[in-house]
Amino acid sequence: MSDQTKFDNKIVQWVDDRLPIFSILKHSAVEYPTPKNLNYWWNFGSLAGMMLVIMILTGIFLAMNYAANTAIAFTSVERIMRDVNWGWLLRYLHANGASFFFITVYIHIFRGLYYGSYKAPRELLWWLGLAIYLTMMATAFMGYVLPWGQMSFWGATVITNLFSAIPVVGDYIVTWLWGGFSVDNPTLNRFFALHYLLPFVIIALVGLHLMALHTVKSNNPLGIDVKGPQDTIPFHPYYTVKDLVGVGFFLILFLGVVFYAPNFFGEPDNYIPANPMVTPPHIVPEWYFLPFYAILRSIPDKLGGVCCMFGAIIILFFLPWIDSSKVRSAKFRPIFKQVFWIFLADCFLLGYVGAHPPEGNLVLLGQLGTAAYFAFFPLLWIIGKLEKPRPLPQSIAQPVLKPMEKH
Amino acid sequence: MADSSPPAGDPADGATRRDFLLYAAAGLGAVGAATAVWPFIHSMNPAADTLALASTEVDISPVQEGQAITVTWRGKPVFIRHRTAGEIDAANKVDVKELRDPQTDAQRVKKPEWLIMVGVCTHLGCIPLGQKPSDPKGEFGGWFCPCHGSQYDTSGRIRKGPAPLNLLVPQYTFLTDTSVRIG
Repeated sequence: MSDQTKFDNKIVQWVDDRLPIFSILKHSAVEYPTPKNLNYWWNFGSLAGMMLVIMILTGIFLAMNYAANTAIAFTSVERIMRDVNWGWLLRYLHANGASFFFITVYIHIFRGLYYGSYKAPRELLWWLGLAIYLTMMATAFMGYVLPWGQMSFWGATVITNLFSAIPVVGDYIVTWLWGGFSVDNPTLNRFFALHYLLPFVIIALVGLHLMALHTVKSNNPLGIDVKGPQDTIPFHPYYTVKDLVGVGFFLILFLGVVFYAPNFFGEPDNYIPANPMVTPPHIVPEWYFLPFYAILRSIPDKLGGVCCMFGAIIILFFLPWIDSSKVRSAKFRPIFKQVFWIFLADCFLLGYVGAHPPEGNLVLLGQLGTAAYFAFFPLLWIIGKLEKPRPLPQSIAQPVLKPMEKH
Repeated sequence: MADSSPPAGDPADGATRRDFLLYAAAGLGAVGAATAVWPFIHSMNPAADTLALASTEVDISPVQEGQAITVTWRGKPVFIRHRTAGEIDAANKVDVKELRDPQTDAQRVKKPEWLIMVGVCTHLGCIPLGQKPSDPKGEFGGWFCPCHGSQYDTSGRIRKGPAPLNLLVPQYTFLTDTSVRIG
């Protein structure tokens, strides 16, 4: 180690000879060779990382004032809002942070979809990303229960009841999840414990995600492999600066909502304390679950609906093998490119359907949207076989350098 | 290997013995680890005090014909409806074979005028509307679940919508004519 990396600072060198943290940092955050053509869609990975840090920080300080007991949970949250110094800021950062965390992650996922980042050799990178996404969903769901409002309570009731659809053991599983015969104090307690634990599981998964990333290296908008040093630039300062520009714009949006529309993503019903005897007339999950909620409701069979809802996420794990095209980037895939945008529009459509009561045409619309969602995957396989991709550039540097030589 | 039974001291024999010991130890270790997991899992099941609150006694004398009350049992609402003759008739007229979860009205009540059941939709656990006179009762005059549109008849049987089963009838006994114990 000591003859590979030399640091000017003697103390740094001394530490590094015994514990190579500085070498590792230099290797993976400074010198890390990054494709020189990354566009701004590549900012969302680091933005998601920033949101994770914000969520954990605000969450730890909120936990210092929150009480996970059904008798006082609601009032403890109101106390944070009214009496705790800066408590309103911590809570609004945390509540809206969840939404913005999901915004960054959804953009990050769809960027991966568009540029084929899930394809070989990045399958495990994709899987780890999905594992992070699933853990986020569980964390967000349990966090939403903590304020113990009406939506908290009934959201928890509906979601935990999904498991009662499992044949034979379903009811036992639900009783086990609840720790009783309905969502109650034991449920709130364990949700708080797990809500505090899971973000650290996410940190571990993010670590693995980055390890896999730094092994297979970043994909890029052209979707072709890096051919040599002429195709890359060091991560620092080029992408650290570019990421920071993104952070600036993103924080303007995020803090704009936190300061000027802090309840934009919230449900008014959640400011009513939980009442196990009254179901609100219209139960909706948080926006980031709406497409899946629409899929659940579109299937007129309980078990079938639950299977489709979970299937909608599980199928994403198989994407690297479902997509039969060797070309990664949609830039060079004329048909896939269109199907991608239709798929994205379909996800928005399902989100819209999920937000409204299942009445009239919306039922049919939801069923069509669900069919389209699942049709996307076999279609992806067929398109890969039929489509004639546009010619790929020979290298990342080529399309950039060639025009310059002509001048 | 066992058939050939090589003499003691043969290296092949030693290897199989070692393999056996390794697998036996690993197997026992796995069983031990799995057993140790159980207390953790079971600690999440309902605790003794939760189980102890498993019955409720209700005075039903004030409930007039056509009225309904909701009581709490195990943290869940229980619907107690004093049914009218018309409602009982309607429940009896239904062809049982057409039902998703076939049950006659007689199987669901101890006294025809008193319908007692857990007021939790069998779909995803919402509380159906229909207890108050002003509530929507659905097409079958019973209960209507606002969450996903399940409809129950005057016997609490599922007639339309995504729910798979009839509203659950809990264990209950009439202590007197005007008092009932649920659980």
